[in-house]
Amino acid sequence: MLQRPKRDRYWDPYIAGALLGVLLFVTFLLTGHGLGSSGGVNRILVALEDLVVPRHVDTTPYLAGMAGGERSPLDHWIVWQVAGILVGGFLSGWLRGRVRLETRHGPQITPRTRWVMAFIGGIFMGYGARLARGCTSGQALSGGAVLSAGSWAFMLAVFAGGYLLAWFVRRLWQPGGGS
Amino acid sequence: MGPFDLSAEIGQIGAWTIYLLVGFAFGFILESAGFGDSRLLAAQFYWRDLTVLKVMFTAILVAAVLIFWSTAIGWLDYDYVWVNPTYLWPGIVGGLIMGVGFIFGGFCPGTSLVGASTLKLDAIWFVAGSAVGILSFGETVALFDDFWHSSNLGRLTLQAWLELPTGMVVFGLVAIGIVVLWVGDIVRRRIYGDSSEH
Repeated sequence: MLQRPKRDRYWDPYIAGALLGVLLFVTFLLTGHGLGSSGGVNRILVALEDLVVPRHVDTTPYLAGMAGGERSPLDHWIVWQVAGILVGGFLSGWLRGRVRLETRHGPQITPRTRWVMAFIGGIFMGYGARLARGCTSGQALSGGAVLSAGSWAFMLAVFAGGYLLAWFVRRLWQPGGGS
Repeated sequence: MGPFDLSAEIGQIGAWTIYLLVGFAFGFILESAGFGDSRLLAAQFYWRDLTVLKVMFTAILVAAVLIFWSTAIGWLDYDYVWVNPTYLWPGIVGGLIMGVGFIFGGFCPGTSLVGASTLKLDAIWFVAGSAVGILSFGETVALFDDFWHSSNLGRLTLQAWLELPTGMVVFGLVAIGIVVLWVGDIVRRRIYGDSSEH
């Protein structure tokens, strides 16, 4: 019935949530803003773009705002924070024996199908996150905690999109046999 | 009183160190909660495992209570806290597109980084896909710049929109959160039985 891997023991969701809430609060108290991730990935990509096609970056207003002329897109808090996410995720996984080259996928599909779907889903996610000016971290979590009306509308939209489509793509995730 | 101008107070290196540490704790907590596993994240959308909802709403509500409580006693100046500006329709359309990406891809940007950091190949493919999506946005936003800047309501908070006292809004959200998670758990057990964990 359940697809949750039995071998992994995760923290109780309420304890993890409370710790994350305290972290989010401390971040706001110290820095005046919350957490983020897609914005950091965006800046790293724009930095790479700036190395390859600097003139194109300078003449595209959206990109020039981050990397025009002498401006470095990496000179921003979110880039450091994203680097921290990778180190923290790795250490947590390593301590619990979860750092392993593997593919997590539903039982009805092959790893290859999972990779293709992950890649396609990623494209949608990356595009949507920039359109919405933030992702689950920067908008939903951070904007939600400071009661931004737009962030709450955004959060409902993300869940609505997922729940509306979930039934149609259930083969990707659900256990086999009649579901 | 917070918030602080970190680079002015402790210098550039100090500020970067703090951001690195904040990110470290963020990644550590997400991985510990199981957010590096796409199956656990996707199970949310079939109501088979509510870990995502539980972690997210607990975090948001705990942070909100602490933020507004510390504002009330003068530790934090809410007027200087960054409140995501509301661009209503770009936010909703972007959110819907992300919902599609979530159910196909099994991650959101932050959780995919955590999955990739523990070498989950599906997470690495997802990160590659998001890179394509993010770069495409940068190249195409000029085509619909008017829409991207439309319905700009500025710093619009729930309490301003509802015209209610902040404390009442926070209290209301906490109450709604508790009821949704409590009822949600009952529904989940009804559908999948007690064998499911969260």
